[in-house]
Amino acid sequence: MTDAANPESVADRRGGQSGWNRFYRKNGRALNAFLALVLVWSVFAVNNPVLFLNPLYYNAFLFSVPATIFLTTSLVFVIVSGELDLAFPSVVGAAGGVFMYSVVLGVPVIPAFLLTLAFGALIGVGIGLIVVYGRISSLVATLGLNFFILGIVNLLAQGRTISAPHAMDSFGYTLFVGKWQLFDTTLRIPNHFVWSLAWVVFCYVLFKYHRFGIRVQLVGDNTDSAREMGINIERIRVSVFIVSGIAAAITGALLVQMANMVWFPTSGKAYLLIALAALFVGGTPTWGGVGTIFGAFFGAMTVTLIPSGAVGAGFAGYWTDFIFGLVIILTMIAHRFSGARVR
Amino acid sequence: MVSGQDPIVELRNIVKRFGSVEALSGVSMAVRKGEVLGLLGDNGAGKSTLIKTLAGVYAPDQGEVIVKGEVRRPWTPAAARDAGVETVFQDRALAPQHSIVTNIFMGREITNAVGLLQVKKQIDEANRLMREIGFTSKVFNPESTVGTLSGGERQGVAIARALNNEADVIVLDEPTTALSLTETQKVFRFVEAVKASGRTVVFIGHNIYHVWDVADRFFVIDRGKEAFEGAKSAFAGAEHLIEMMHQLAETGRADTTTLLEETLEPPE
Ligand SMILES: Nc1ncnc2c1ncn2[C@@H]1O[C@H](COP(=O)(O)OP(=O)(O)OP(=O)(O)O)[C@@H](O)[C@H]1O
Ligand SMILES: [Mg+2]
Repeated sequence: MTDAANPESVADRRGGQSGWNRFYRKNGRALNAFLALVLVWSVFAVNNPVLFLNPLYYNAFLFSVPATIFLTTSLVFVIVSGELDLAFPSVVGAAGGVFMYSVVLGVPVIPAFLLTLAFGALIGVGIGLIVVYGRISSLVATLGLNFFILGIVNLLAQGRTISAPHAMDSFGYTLFVGKWQLFDTTLRIPNHFVWSLAWVVFCYVLFKYHRFGIRVQLVGDNTDSAREMGINIERIRVSVFIVSGIAAAITGALLVQMANMVWFPTSGKAYLLIALAALFVGGTPTWGGVGTIFGAFFGAMTVTLIPSGAVGAGFAGYWTDFIFGLVIILTMIAHRFSGARVR
Repeated sequence: MVSGQDPIVELRNIVKRFGSVEALSGVSMAVRKGEVLGLLGDNGAGKSTLIKTLAGVYAPDQGEVIVKGEVRRPWTPAAARDAGVETVFQDRALAPQHSIVTNIFMGREITNAVGLLQVKKQIDEANRLMREIGFTSKVFNPESTVGTLSGGERQGVAIARALNNEADVIVLDEPTTALSLTETQKVFRFVEAVKASGRTVVFIGHNIYHVWDVADRFFVIDRGKEAFEGAKSAFAGAEHLIEMMHQLAETGRADTTTLLEETLEPPE
């Protein structure tokens, strides 16, 4: 409570930041993530301009990046709420199985996809209830659940991989993972990349402009305050696992289709560290309360670009991990400059 | 109907335990419509526990909360706010990494039918509230991060939030602690304004002179129990109240025979 009666007479000349300064204060972390992406790309492009300026190179990138985008952006909700989800890789695998079995049993691709989403949401509810009402730390609970769910899937699948090549002629398949040529270029855009962009926009609006997203942030920032102000903490905490479950289900169903309708139970395993690295490179801090969807999007692009890009740029294969680690550490340092935690 | 005698909020036989600690052992407190009730007691007496029960934060182990004549159950923070009870908690209950607007609308966002925030409306409303309580500055605006504000400024955010809801009852838990003289004066003016608009205030404070100035009635608790209560007119002056509180602290009980006959005028 400052400057009450007459704010003009007692001049306080401390105020006023420039517009740009304010913009950076608010979006610094997403900007850092974007700069990291540009920087990594530039280093690669300088080393091998012919490859990196050829649109053809990006076909594989656009094909593989959506899985990481779906997973990383949904994790923003989880981490910002103050939880951690390590179970999503198993949900990816399980959801892929649900999708695949539905298709094998004759369900058309689009209804099978919707069924898979429902499955993901349901698993999310289950995980959320265990974490919230079992009062187990989400790190430990989801670590255990990841093994548990994967174990069940493996037991049910008995080591089989299942395929349903007939579905590749369906409209649903084309809708989800079909490709189209961008103008006159050699760039062929896969539909699931477009869907991932739509998902990013959806998550952005949900996170920033919807009551749900704001409450996720408030719960993560100060749980007690949020409770005292009448926010249903438990419902929010369960819900973030539903978001994560749905994203994992989308990813699971997409991975099956991207692999020409073949399902591997362990298809999600590779994404555990990738998605978490993308999240933190993307500028969402570990402590909860704040985060950035666009940052996560750029982070997902960066971590997808590094392994293939490093090889393309002429670094020998064993450089990949080194570059990966370097980028993570450097972006963490950059993020610190755009604001430490305020209490 | 404005009568000074209707209890708008009543806590009946509240018992609250934390493990083996009995923070409240059967406290009954009635707050009358339109009054400013000063809730007093030593550190650890149970004041905050009592008002957190009133705010729905703590579920009492025994006893009930009655608002506007109705026993409320389940009594949650959301239910309390819906029933028109707003609380400025002792720790302010803010989200430091978020903006002033977000904090003012915490739990009560202005949204459209599908739950999307009406950002502009919230900012306008926040500006209006902040002006109303004289909480304006060139250093911050509704979009400033609360964690960068001073203690007094944070207090302003918490008060603006309590005001936002047009609540019937506003509870202030030690609102002047750690405030400068000018800021304290503002809180008093705020309490006066709320009272003038016919609303009810519960005011907790340790500076008896401060509470004496704003309150119409006093309710004193000691180690989880009611010690005594009385209208302002039952005391010869602030010194009388202080004297009784000294007695209470030293002997464990206050001599209530010294209380004067209350004049029956309702608080104006
Ligand atoms: N969450 C809790 N867990 C355990 N004990 C608690 C809790 N909250 C309060 N207490 C205990 O209950 C008693 C009353 O505390 P309370 O905060 O209500 O006191 P108070 O009258 O508000 O004191 P102060 O003037 O210092 O704010 C204290 O002994 C305190 O230690
Ligand atoms: Mg207290």
